[in-house]
Amino acid sequence: MSEDTAPKRPAGRAGRNTELPEHLKSFKGVWVFVEHDRGRAHTVSWELIGEGRKLADSLGVPLAGVLLGGPGEPLDAFAADAFAYGADHCYVVRDPVLAGYRNDPFTRVLTGLVQRYQPEIVLLGATTMGRDLAGSVATTLQTGLTADCTELKIDGATRALAATRPTFGGSLLCTIMTLAVRPQMATVRPRVMRMPARDDARRGEIVDVSSRLAEDDVVTKLLDFIPDAATDAINLAYADVIVAGGKGLRHAENFRLVRELARVLGGEVGATRPVAQAGWVEAERQVGQTGKTVRPRLYIAAGISGAVQHRVGMEGADVIVAINSDPNAPIFGFAHYGIVGDALRVLPALTEAFRDHLAQRARRAA
Amino acid sequence: MHVVVCIKQVPDSAQIRVHPVTNTIMRQGVPAIVNPYDLFALEEALRLKDRLGGKVTLLCMGPPQAEDALRKCLSFGADDAVLVTDRAFAGADTLATSYALSCAIRAIGRSLPVDLVFTGKQTIDGDTAQVGPGIAKRLGLQLLTYVSRIADVDPAGRSIRVERRAEGGVQVLQTTLPALVTMLENTNEMRFASLEDMVESARRPVHKWNKDAAGIDDPAKIGLKGSPTVVSKVFGPPPRAERCELETADEASVNDAALAVVAKVFARAPLLERDLAARALA
Repeated sequence: MSEDTAPKRPAGRAGRNTELPEHLKSFKGVWVFVEHDRGRAHTVSWELIGEGRKLADSLGVPLAGVLLGGPGEPLDAFAADAFAYGADHCYVVRDPVLAGYRNDPFTRVLTGLVQRYQPEIVLLGATTMGRDLAGSVATTLQTGLTADCTELKIDGATRALAATRPTFGGSLLCTIMTLAVRPQMATVRPRVMRMPARDDARRGEIVDVSSRLAEDDVVTKLLDFIPDAATDAINLAYADVIVAGGKGLRHAENFRLVRELARVLGGEVGATRPVAQAGWVEAERQVGQTGKTVRPRLYIAAGISGAVQHRVGMEGADVIVAINSDPNAPIFGFAHYGIVGDALRVLPALTEAFRDHLAQRARRAA
Repeated sequence: MHVVVCIKQVPDSAQIRVHPVTNTIMRQGVPAIVNPYDLFALEEALRLKDRLGGKVTLLCMGPPQAEDALRKCLSFGADDAVLVTDRAFAGADTLATSYALSCAIRAIGRSLPVDLVFTGKQTIDGDTAQVGPGIAKRLGLQLLTYVSRIADVDPAGRSIRVERRAEGGVQVLQTTLPALVTMLENTNEMRFASLEDMVESARRPVHKWNKDAAGIDDPAKIGLKGSPTVVSKVFGPPPRAERCELETADEASVNDAALAVVAKVFARAPLLERDLAARALA
């Protein structure tokens, strides 16, 4: 870097350059890595397309989906979905080597695409696939990557991506920007962003890109895929009603009150981190920054104080009902309806009230 | 087998409190612990050593007091410990951190080649899960993340077979050594350290490496300077504009409070009421 050029804006802390170099200003456009496996696209991809659309509109640039897969996989159908959710075009790479996710060939192909087409923003789902791939691609490109973002915006002054994420175990939020390098990369967990509306009349352009990968060049072999047993699947992230309990329930056996209300509402049971760690429920039922992010139509929190680390996992719920004996509990700061009282007393009353109400309503409808 | 296990000393986030007015972290009295996810990596490395022989070297980047975390891990049975510590590393993001650790692993490998690098799946303070993949890319190691089971390691054939957690199932992957494995939580149970082990580990040397000893060849890539991400703002969660409507439930009023909330919920979400009633009928 030359020191003799015209005066610059003050450099960042510790002499760090926060100015975008001229040669990186040609990076344009927002990309979303469309994740799919064994014939199904992950819905986090569409949530990201919805979010990417807003970023692209705010920058006045196109939005592209990126699809990597084997020749036998329905990549064109996934591209059509991406267009319906808001993408302008899709880069599609079909190669037998890309059938089934493996880090090395996916990293090589995505890195190559970025170098060739130069997007300014690349978004991936914070799944086991997306996090594996994002970390590898960002390191190869020597660029900034922000994990598990809960909000993405364009900073007006710099046109940079302002990515907000929980920090310090979810006690605070911080906004992170990559100012002097491109592309800017971020991952977002499933269900953090709202699912966009679908418009099947929307069309886009597919850009087929060849990859020239050879299986012999890939050291890691995918020998098998063992699907989870269906009974193991607790689909908390996509449940439309969740009744969750915290340490305010005092004893593991009191969790039956949570289960009973969940049963009446046909919902799933959720829990806070301390409850999951104490083994009162399966680890898969933990809601929060280190557990699942959920977006149900109704979330009932019983005996949960509402620490930030829990809040970031459930505040996207349409309606939040909180039960807590402490009127100053943080959860009442973001619940819609609250009941101040002992959860052990309130839960049975609420279960009864919901049961009666729904039975009456069902009789009227019948 | 020479296995390097990367560990991090972290504040016990379960005990972190935020000052309600200033929105700053209150660090006083928050104990520092070994990142809990790293212990699954360490136990797996120790099991490999039990089975195949060899050496387990611990690696940690952090302030001088991170030595405590390394000693704790030595007491479980690791053979050697390296603490990479230098003010020049301060302010590192995940890109700069993975660079520094990869240089140190290269330096460790000069005396005895490294076959496997283990990390936890993520830390509990940063929660990014980015440093493991970053180290693997920089060292050209095969990357195996979210490993739920190590099925087989063949030192002679230079291969490893693992089960890796994916959406809806596990992938069975086979690759060659050297490789980097990030272990999933609850995949094993950490062994106990005896009192003698703990006493003995207190006497063992922890090698402290500054940036030169760690083999940093490009000082522009470490610390704040080597970090492309810039933290522009730290803040507490914003309050919701809408105020929570509160009912009070004592013994006398609990049923009324419940009825009131049910009515309000369904007045706000009539479609939910319809769908739940249909479900109740079915």
